[in-house]
Amino acid sequence: MTSPELPVRQNLERFPDLHPALDSQSAVTEANRCLNCFDAPCTAACPTHIDVPGFIKKIASGNLEGSARTILDSNVLGMSCSRVCPVEVLCEGACVMHRYNKKPIEIGRLQRHSMEDFFARGLSLPMAAARRAEKVACVGGGPASLACAAALQQQGFSVTVIDNRPLPGGLTTYGVAEYKLRPSDSLREVDLVRKLGVEFRQAEVGVDMQLDELEREFSLVFLGVGMGAMQRLGIPGEDARGVIDALHFIERYKTDATFPVNGRVAVLGGGNTAIDAANAARRLGADEVHLFYRRTEKEMPAFSFEYDHSKIEGVLFHWLSQPVEIVTNKGRAVAVKLVRTRLGKPDATGRSAAEPVPGSEFEFPCEMVIPALGQSRFMEMLRTTRGIGISDGAITVDRPTGRTANPKYFAGGDCVNGGREVVDAVADGKRAALAITRQLS
Amino acid sequence: MGIRTPNPFWLASAPPTNGGDQIMRAFDAGWGGAVWKTIGEPIVNTASRYSSVDWNGQRMMGFNNIELISDRPIEDNLREMAEVKKRYPKNTVIASLMVESKREVWHDIVKRSEDAGADGLELNFGCPHGMSERGMGSAVGQVPEYSCMITEWVKQAAHTPVMIKLTPNVTDIRAVARAAKKGGADALSAINTINSITGIDLDTLTPRPNVGGFSAHGGYCGPAVKPIALHLVEQIASDPEVGIPISGIGGIAGWKEAAEFILLGCGTVQVCTAVMHYGYRIVEDMIDGLSRWMDGKGYRTLEDFRGLTLAKVTEWKHLDLNYKIVARVDPAKCIGCDLCYVACWDGAHQCIHHEGSREPPAARTLAARQRIAVTPIPKLDAMRAGKGNGYGSGPRVPVVDEEECVGCNLCSLVCPVDGCITMVEVPTGKPRESQAMRDSGRVYAKPGEA
Repeated sequence: MTSPELPVRQNLERFPDLHPALDSQSAVTEANRCLNCFDAPCTAACPTHIDVPGFIKKIASGNLEGSARTILDSNVLGMSCSRVCPVEVLCEGACVMHRYNKKPIEIGRLQRHSMEDFFARGLSLPMAAARRAEKVACVGGGPASLACAAALQQQGFSVTVIDNRPLPGGLTTYGVAEYKLRPSDSLREVDLVRKLGVEFRQAEVGVDMQLDELEREFSLVFLGVGMGAMQRLGIPGEDARGVIDALHFIERYKTDATFPVNGRVAVLGGGNTAIDAANAARRLGADEVHLFYRRTEKEMPAFSFEYDHSKIEGVLFHWLSQPVEIVTNKGRAVAVKLVRTRLGKPDATGRSAAEPVPGSEFEFPCEMVIPALGQSRFMEMLRTTRGIGISDGAITVDRPTGRTANPKYFAGGDCVNGGREVVDAVADGKRAALAITRQLS
Repeated sequence: MGIRTPNPFWLASAPPTNGGDQIMRAFDAGWGGAVWKTIGEPIVNTASRYSSVDWNGQRMMGFNNIELISDRPIEDNLREMAEVKKRYPKNTVIASLMVESKREVWHDIVKRSEDAGADGLELNFGCPHGMSERGMGSAVGQVPEYSCMITEWVKQAAHTPVMIKLTPNVTDIRAVARAAKKGGADALSAINTINSITGIDLDTLTPRPNVGGFSAHGGYCGPAVKPIALHLVEQIASDPEVGIPISGIGGIAGWKEAAEFILLGCGTVQVCTAVMHYGYRIVEDMIDGLSRWMDGKGYRTLEDFRGLTLAKVTEWKHLDLNYKIVARVDPAKCIGCDLCYVACWDGAHQCIHHEGSREPPAARTLAARQRIAVTPIPKLDAMRAGKGNGYGSGPRVPVVDEEECVGCNLCSLVCPVDGCITMVEVPTGKPRESQAMRDSGRVYAKPGEA
C-alpha cells in the first residue's frame, strides 16, 4: 500500500481547523455547561446514539479515557464524526439550550477533545474475548465498512476490508474538506480498526476479485461501497482539460502538493460538496470563485451554515443559472456557457423545477470548471450482484438490520441511503454488524 | 456596640488587613472599617498557605488557609495603625488581638492598641489552626471558662468596646457566646473559619495546601460556609442569654449576603475571601446594591430591618403541618431537560411523570432507545422535508401528579430555568397544626434518660 505524505504540508497553513480543538480548561468549562438532560435529545438526534451527556460529564470529572470509550462504544469513528458531523442539524441542533435562548453545548468540539486525548495516548479498542471461525468481507473502505468491520472483529469474527484505493477510509480520507478533517486523522481511525486484527486488502471487486471468489472465501459480505462517480453534466466540452469534478478536485488538493489552482473558477451545483470545492478553490489561490446554481438560495441543498461560511470565504453565488456548454480552446476549457432559468412547478423532490429561459444564454470566462452535481447512484458491480434489490440507484435493505434480498449480503452507508453523513454510514455499519452476528450465531 | 462607622462593611481580620498601606487603600475604595490582621508575638508562616475548592468551573467556592496571625512586629503594626487613624479618622479600625494566656500580657497589648488609636478590640478566640496548638485562638474559644476569663482580663484594661470572635468548631456556639457575655464582652463576631481539609492531590496523595509533602488542617471560609455562618449567627442572635451586638462573618461576597446577616441581627458585616478573590473594589456594589434594595423596601436605616428575620426562624415542631404546596411546571418556559423528572423519581417522591407515562427513568430510556433505533436522523429528515429545524419539538414537558406531590421543592431547585417550576400553595382548608400542638402534653424521652 503506497502512502503519500499526508496531509500535504501547505494544507496545514491554507486550511487551518475550522473549529479548533478546545484546550483542557475550556473543555471542562464547556462540559460543565451541559445540563445532563434525562433521555437527552442530543443522544436521540445522533444516528449512532452516542451517550452525549455521559461522555461530556466524564470530561468535566477529569475521566478523559472513560469519556473517549463512552464515545467509541457507540461510534468507532468518533474522531471523524466529531469533526465532520453537521452538528448544527444533529446533536447540537437538538440541544435543549436552544429553547433557553442559549448557545447549545459544543458537543462536536468536546467529542474531539476526548478523542484526541485517546489517540494521543495511543490507546486501543477492546479486543474480542474469543475468536470465531467465520470470515466476513466488508467491501469498500469507508465509514460504513470500518464501523461494521470493527464491531464484527470485536465479536471474534475475522474481517477483511476490501477497498479499491491505495488508502482506506473512503471519503473520510479523500473527500472531506481539509479544514474539517485531514487524511492523517482518518487514517488514525483506520489504524485503530486495523489493530483489532481487521485485514485491509486493496482490490476492485468485480475486476481484481470476482464475486465467486468473494463468496467462497467469506461467509457473509457487507457492502459499504459508497456511490459511483460524480454525475456528468451531459453537455458539450465537459471532457476538456480544466474541467474536474468536485470529488476529484477535493481528492487532488488533499493528496497532491503541486495541484495548481488559479485565475477564475466556476463551480456548478448547490450541494455541500459544491460548497466544499468552492471554499477550497478560494484557499488554494483562485482569484475569483463563482458558484452557479439553477435554482435559488432557498432551494439550495447545502446546509445553511455551509452557505453562510462560504460567503465569508468570498465565494460569489449566482442563482437561476444552468450550464449548457463548456467553451473550449485547443482542448482546454476557457468559459462556461449558461442559460438563465426560472422556477416552475414543484418537481418530485418538492422543489420548484428550474426551466431554461430561451435566448438568455451568456458566457462566463474562466480557467477552471468544477461540476458538483452529486454522485451517480448506479453501480455497475451491483447490477450483476446476485439478486440484491436496487431501487432508485441504491441498494434496498431492511433499515434496522442492513439485510438485502440476498441473505449472504448486507449493505449500509451511501450505497444504501443515497449519500448522507459519515455518522449515518457508521450507524448503518453498526446495525449490520449486530444483524450479521445474530445470523452467524 | 458603641462604635461609629461610615457603613456596615468591614474587612475581616485577615490578609487584606495585613498593614496600614493596604487598609488605607481599602478605605479609599469605600470600606467602612477594618479589623486589623491579628496582632501578637510575630510568627513564621509556611509556604504554601492557601487552598480552595472549585466547583463546576467556578473558582474558590470554598477557601482554606493555614496562615497564622501577623508575622510582623507588634510595634510596626501599631505604628501603622496610628498613622491610619490619623489619616482616616472617620473610618473604623479594630485591633484584633491574640497573645499568650497571661493577664499581664493581655493588659499590655490592650493598652498599646488603644494608645495607637484603635476604635475597638476584637479578641481572636477563633483561629482553628497553628495558634491553637500553642494554647491560643480556638484553644481558648472552645472552652467557655477560658473565654470568660480572658474577656474579663481584657475588660479590666480596656477603654474601648471589646468584641469576641467566635469559633464555629464547637458543639454549641451559644455556650461560648454566653461566656463572653459573662466576661463583659460588648459584642461578638462570628464566625471564624471551620476546620477543614480541602482536598487531596490524587497524583501525590498529599492534601492541599502542600507544605513540602505534608499538610495540616486549615480554616474553611468563602461562599461555601455562608449557610453555616447564618445558622450560627441566628443561634446567638436569638439567645436571650447573649443579647449583645454581632458583627457577621462567613461567605459574604455581595450585598445580598450582607442583607441576610443583618436580617438575622448583625449590625456590621466582615468580608475576607471575596476581597482576596476580587480585591477591595467589590465594596462599591455592596454599598450600592444594599442601599437600592433598602430604597425598594422603604428602609431608611439598617435598624429598619435589622433582625427582622429572627422572628421567622422557629423550631421545626412549630411548623404548620397543614400547609400544602405543589409543583407547577410552566410549559412555555420548560426546555425539556427533564432533570426534574429524574430528580423526583430517584431523589424524591416519584410524582413527576414523563410523556404521560408512569414508568421509572430506566424504562423510559430503554423505550426511547428502541423508538429511535429505526429512525436514524429525524431532524435531518424533517429539515429535508421542509419541516423546520426541529428545535422546540418533542413532548418532553413533565407532568406533576399534584395529588402525590409532597411539595418538597426538589424539582424547582434542579430546574435550570428561572420561574419555570413554581411551588404553588394549595389551600387545604384545615387549621394550622404543628407537631407541638399534636404532641400537646406528651414528653419525649431524651437520649440517655431511657
